[in-house]
Amino acid sequence: MADGGVTDGPDKNDDVERAKCEGKEMTKEEKQRLRKEKKQQKKSKEKKDDAASQESEKGKKSDGKSSPASQPLPKPTTQKEAPAPADKPAKSKAELKAERRARQEADRASKQGSKKGEVGPQASAGKPKAPPSELQPVVKRLPEHMQVDNPDVLKKLAKKLERQQIPLRLDYGYKVSLFSHLHQYSRKAPLTQQLSIPSTVIHPAIVRLGLQYSQGIVAGSNARSVALLHAFKQVISDYTTPPNEELSRDLVNKLKPYISFLNQCRPLSASMGNAIKYIKKEISNIPSQCKEEEAKRKLLNCIECYINEKIILAAKAIAKYSIEKISDGDVILVYGCSSLVNHILCEAFEKAIKFHVIVVDSRPRLEGREALRRLVQRGISCTYVLISAVSYILPEVSKVFLGAHALLANGYVMSRVGTSQIALVAKAFNVPVLVCCETYKFCDRVQTDSFVSNELDDPDDLIVTRKGKTQLEDWQQVDSLGLLNLVYDVTPPDFVDLVITDLGMIPCTSVPVVLRVKNVDQ
Amino acid sequence: MELQAVLMAAGGGSRMTDLTFNNPKPMLPVGNKPLVWYPLNLLERVGFEEVIVITTKEVNKMMSTDPKIKDVKIKLDVVCIQEDGDMGTADALRHIHQKIKSDILVVSCDLITDVALHEVVDLFRAHNATVAMLMSKAHEFTEIVPGQKGKKKTAEQRDFVGVDQSSKRLLFMANEADLEDGLSIRKSIMRKHPRMHLKTGLVDAHLYCLKKAVVDFLTENKSISSIRGELVPYLVRKQFSKTTDSHKVKEDAEDQNQKKSDCSTNHEILISSRDEPLLQLSQERSCWNDHHGDMSEAYHGGKLRCYVHIMDQGLCFRANTIPAYMEANRLTPKLFEEPAVHPSAVISDRCQMGSDSIIGALSQVADKTSIKRSTIGNSTTIKEKVKVTNSIIMHGVTIEEGCNIQSSVICSNVVIGRGADLKHCLVGSGQQIDSDAERNNEVIVGTDQLMEI
Repeated sequence: MADGGVTDGPDKNDDVERAKCEGKEMTKEEKQRLRKEKKQQKKSKEKKDDAASQESEKGKKSDGKSSPASQPLPKPTTQKEAPAPADKPAKSKAELKAERRARQEADRASKQGSKKGEVGPQASAGKPKAPPSELQPVVKRLPEHMQVDNPDVLKKLAKKLERQQIPLRLDYGYKVSLFSHLHQYSRKAPLTQQLSIPSTVIHPAIVRLGLQYSQGIVAGSNARSVALLHAFKQVISDYTTPPNEELSRDLVNKLKPYISFLNQCRPLSASMGNAIKYIKKEISNIPSQCKEEEAKRKLLNCIECYINEKIILAAKAIAKYSIEKISDGDVILVYGCSSLVNHILCEAFEKAIKFHVIVVDSRPRLEGREALRRLVQRGISCTYVLISAVSYILPEVSKVFLGAHALLANGYVMSRVGTSQIALVAKAFNVPVLVCCETYKFCDRVQTDSFVSNELDDPDDLIVTRKGKTQLEDWQQVDSLGLLNLVYDVTPPDFVDLVITDLGMIPCTSVPVVLRVKNVDQ
Repeated sequence: MELQAVLMAAGGGSRMTDLTFNNPKPMLPVGNKPLVWYPLNLLERVGFEEVIVITTKEVNKMMSTDPKIKDVKIKLDVVCIQEDGDMGTADALRHIHQKIKSDILVVSCDLITDVALHEVVDLFRAHNATVAMLMSKAHEFTEIVPGQKGKKKTAEQRDFVGVDQSSKRLLFMANEADLEDGLSIRKSIMRKHPRMHLKTGLVDAHLYCLKKAVVDFLTENKSISSIRGELVPYLVRKQFSKTTDSHKVKEDAEDQNQKKSDCSTNHEILISSRDEPLLQLSQERSCWNDHHGDMSEAYHGGKLRCYVHIMDQGLCFRANTIPAYMEANRLTPKLFEEPAVHPSAVISDRCQMGSDSIIGALSQVADKTSIKRSTIGNSTTIKEKVKVTNSIIMHGVTIEEGCNIQSSVICSNVVIGRGADLKHCLVGSGQQIDSDAERNNEVIVGTDQLMEI
């Protein structure tokens, strides 16, 4: 230990001083003898110095040991000098013991120093190391709906559904290999086949909703969220807290199987996911002393407020901002049927702005027909084309308005398949592309391609009968044929010029800012 | 609670009075099970836990003693009504309206089917329909009805059913008896659904999913007495009535308060499912429409919707006429995988039994008998050298030696003397056929039954 060195040191110092004083009166012979002894000491010094230097270095680096550590540096050297002449003339037992003690303590010091030295440099190097270890991915688990080709994940899902008493929906038909990691269901095999009538496990409102999702009666991001919240309202009003349970915990547990059921009917959309998170948060924030009636009333109120703020008022705000961008004589291109874009155009028409709309449509959904109907019913003059004609009509278009299913955290826009096509062609023609999206559809996910996470619709939708002939009727028998019916695709932010949200008009890259602000608010 | 099941078992079997004189229709044996067992089994299989059974006291007594019905796990809530009261099915619903707390599924006791019930109920749920019903392509019954003289007239009593292009939405329904001058279709229907398929070869399975609002409507409107004959055609007509438009409904309501006129329109406000504002919002935002080509929204804005599921494969018929009854006896053993011969029946070795015959419990069949395509009931005794072909023999019958029975229906507790020869006959319960009698195409019943005329 350095302390041991300190205590021994002054003794040796006295001897050295005495030796030096005596050396002045020494004869030549004694001086030669002294020189020889010094040489020997040097050799032994080198050996001890290595050990001591390590000791001292480590002693230096350890916190709080710097001052005593610096002292042992000269002291061990003097210690080594001192014992050498002292050894020869008279080695008393006490001195031998002291030497041994000193050596032991030196060993101990070296060991501890080494330990502290390891800790020391590690502590200092720890800080730069820690961020890399945090960045080292803690294995991120992929959601199970993107791992359908992994049998273990499927088994886990089957077990979870069995626990929740929800039937498992089987995949249908051959899946194109690039998308074999996603579910593909058939509309002719509804999940209600395996449920009992009347449904007791799942609330009837949720069964109805699931049916409407799987048959496409409720389609479109906003419509699905509103219908979901409506069904939850019914569930909450019919809910009674079982004895010895708390509403805040039990209701959330009740909702989990319903959400799994809806997921089986049709994969949840980003807007639905956000709505569910909001509801779960509201439910778990209910104080435990709150009475059931009051709690239910509060929850129903929250849902009403959410819909009012995030959907209805947001649509009004977005319409207000968008109308600034529409001027007289504009030719606006829209794709598919987005409830928000239709709302904007109707509002703009009410404000007596003169514009013309081109509705672009694509198979197999042909949702553009519905958009066309709504616009023409209002009196807006429209043109209807299929997506294959987009590059022919784009020279006449002044703006492109697109709706979004979700806005991802890296600025990519997830929307109906075909949207990225239109954005790309519009970019090539230098036509501004404006995406309209409410903030509740912003999601934390990051995606750069349309393969990783998507939805596969019923492949039989692609089969069409013309003049009595159905060419693709037996597509399952042909081994080398696969039908792919994608629902969503992802548009990079380079093609999008402006995103109009209820918070204002922001560039595509500001989406993570909005998300951060939202998270801070919550 | 999503759906409540109601089983109508009080019908008198007016189309087969010969059979039902002593045996009430719900308890007629079909494949050695009482007729009412089949709809109960259907409901149980699908997952219902309770049924409200509307029946007469007599049937209730018989049901409580029948072993097959005791086997049924579903809980029966029996409501007894007067036998002779002329209660229609809608009247019966009005009678039990206190018990009805949610939407209902009405089934008739003579329905034998293996339909996937979720198809009907899914239509009811997904489209928020007012009525969803089941229909099936009609069977041609090729049986010669015993005791009938002359050819059967099939032209009467046809049902005209109009469905839209998807064959799901019910647009028009009328019975030929109600159409005196001819079939007329309103322009409003044609404007909304320019393509309509009219079918006459469909049989109504009498399985209806009705909204609770309809039951409330029935309690107010006492003039409707039959679901099949009056209520469903009325609802189908009202789908396209002008007053189902929400704005006009309010105006009419005001008028009525002043005029006190036809109160039925008032009740339409009750029927037309008041879509809540959120559902309305969701429908507005949804990019789905059930039809294309015109300017109107989904369902043409109509709140009252009737849907039908038409079965083209599978078994579905109502055993309410004698040929249907005989057909039922032949087809139902194939529905369930039960042994053709009941384990407690005693059958001698030298008996020739066809593969499509069934023999009930505790029956005894002696040597040298031949039984083909027939149903033998419980506790019957068949002596030697008897030939039974294509017949239905109910419980407790004794058939002496050397008889020959073809295409006949022998009701319970009949004794048929030695050497009798019966072809296409219907023998009522408790009758006795003399020995060496030869009957062809006759209905043999007691004198008290004849007095009904």
